[in-house]
Amino acid sequence: MNRNLLGAAAALLIAGSLTSSAVAADKLKVGFIYLGPVGDLGWTYQHELARQALVKELGDKIETTFLENVPEGPDAERAVEQLVRAGNKLIFTTSFGYMDPTLKVAKKYPNVHFEHCSGYKRDNNMATYSARWYQGRYIQGEIAAKMSKAGVLGYIGSFPIPEVVSGINATMIGAQTINPNIKVKIIWVNSWFDPGKEADAAKALLDQGADIIMQHTDSPAAMQIASERGKLAFGQDSEMIKFGPKSQLTSILDTWAPYYIERVKAELDGTWKSGDVWGGLETKMFEMAPYTNMPDDVKKMAEGTQAAITAGKLHPFKCPVVGQDGKEVECKGGDHLEDSQILGMNFYVKGIDDKLPGK
Amino acid sequence: MELTEAIILSVLAASTPLLLAATGELVAERSGVLNLGVEGMMIVGAACGFGGAWLTGSIIIGALCGMFAGVLMSLLFAAMALGLAVNQVATGLALTIFGVGLSGLIGARFVGERITPAPHLHIPYVSDIPLIGRVLFGEDGFVYLSLALVVAVWWFLYRMRAGLILRACGDNHVSAHALGYPVLKIRMYAVMFGGACAGLAGAYLPLAYTPFFIPGMTAGRGWIALALTVFASWLPGRLVIGAYLFGAVTILQLHAQGAGIGIPSQFMSSLPYLATVIVLVLLSRARTGGSTAPAALGTVFVPDR
Repeated sequence: MNRNLLGAAAALLIAGSLTSSAVAADKLKVGFIYLGPVGDLGWTYQHELARQALVKELGDKIETTFLENVPEGPDAERAVEQLVRAGNKLIFTTSFGYMDPTLKVAKKYPNVHFEHCSGYKRDNNMATYSARWYQGRYIQGEIAAKMSKAGVLGYIGSFPIPEVVSGINATMIGAQTINPNIKVKIIWVNSWFDPGKEADAAKALLDQGADIIMQHTDSPAAMQIASERGKLAFGQDSEMIKFGPKSQLTSILDTWAPYYIERVKAELDGTWKSGDVWGGLETKMFEMAPYTNMPDDVKKMAEGTQAAITAGKLHPFKCPVVGQDGKEVECKGGDHLEDSQILGMNFYVKGIDDKLPGK
Repeated sequence: MELTEAIILSVLAASTPLLLAATGELVAERSGVLNLGVEGMMIVGAACGFGGAWLTGSIIIGALCGMFAGVLMSLLFAAMALGLAVNQVATGLALTIFGVGLSGLIGARFVGERITPAPHLHIPYVSDIPLIGRVLFGEDGFVYLSLALVVAVWWFLYRMRAGLILRACGDNHVSAHALGYPVLKIRMYAVMFGGACAGLAGAYLPLAYTPFFIPGMTAGRGWIALALTVFASWLPGRLVIGAYLFGAVTILQLHAQGAGIGIPSQFMSSLPYLATVIVLVLLSRARTGGSTAPAALGTVFVPDR
């Protein structure tokens, strides 16, 4: 009986989170699975903005559905299957932890196409896509080194996974081009989303002498603390200038809309093909928020770096990349690290005093 | 010195929501009701508290809205668990799941908005004394309120007849009923008090801690509050120690990381919970009389006439 009650509550929640627009028989149905609430102001919010842009662009030909707050893991499989049964022909699953569930459902329904964000497993009907955020981190590193008076950056990390570690490294490599002696203090909060803890981490970093806050967690809490203390900070995923009008230097903005529109158009034309897209500034897979709260010369420098990266003239992980142990990292990609080395990055570069957890 | 002061201030802020929610739950559990819906009541309190403050511009009205929302949520629990005698554990869990969803619905309108956080107390000269000035006389009102509340609850439970009756309901509801006390009514009041405290604790987050609302922003603090009541072995004094210990370990582990002390962060994140387990073991070993939990905690009571 207790279990029934819980089950009923859970069913109600799932039913409640299902929204759909008016039905037309010949429209292509496109489904989305979100990790957080659409109002998280970060990761999920950016996917939702892209979905809205998609509807605006192709609304007369498609019909979209999304499920929010879907936990990663086995439960996700049911959610994906639910979208398949509802007739969706193209389904975007927007978090790393949906990888295996998506693959499982994809094998079961070969006629439905799947797009999985930030994973590495693919199939004939399951493509993957992600963004080269490390490019943006490199630019932020340069700005931070220019703007920091103390020469100490504060970095709030979520989990020590390659994506986050490569972000820290790119930041430091960028910062070292300006100030070779720059220091970084890193705090792991072991959570993607805990506004209170993120705020506490920001306070701790500032109290210990860092004067620029950078984050790889999802809420605007750190930005708000920086604003309160009159310090500078970078946003994450989303535009956060509202929480730090005098603090935000820039922010990495996830802009999935062009990709979503392109893929849905391909599906409509019947030219959809599986594959892997890891786009960066050059394909507008993400953008930089306006460069604010900095002098013109710093802004000019940042814009220059952005242009160089976009044009492919500058690679943040150009060789030689020197690890913490002082040894050069093997250069597998010609004049820069190979993609697989960045995707699996599990070392800190020289100049970071901290120890990578688990190393 | 400055760093010490900064750390203490962060600890006070981090501990306050835990202390508020745990105080309310302690009273409810002392009356014999185990309400696992603290997290749900907190998050709804956070949404309504922020909403109230954002619409009116008043932190106090926001706090009242949060408390009121917490009470409404707790009444839902009371109707199920007391009125219909449904299993308390199941009802409490359902209340949390429901609260998380409901708060997202209520808060959808306020996401992305921001308010001016609760002001900090400032007494000229006194608040400027290094260390003690800021710590004792420079915090926001919620911090002092939470401590006053614990003292009031202690006074109520151990110095007032009503508190004795409430504890009697929690220890032996059949006897309390036989003596003519309205057990269910008393429990309902206790649950409502718990709801008000949880709502206030939730409201503290967007009103003073991080002045914006985001769904899910309580991030498990309700569950920590539940653990704290056990940690405190249902004694208000120990609750204060427990809440500040929890807050202190959380903040200190962040500082230890920033200072580059080479302990794995995953281990340090788990320290507060490890501390709970150790204290529980020590407490149970120190006592010979068995558990200190209210004897009728979590049991359903149906009056026979």
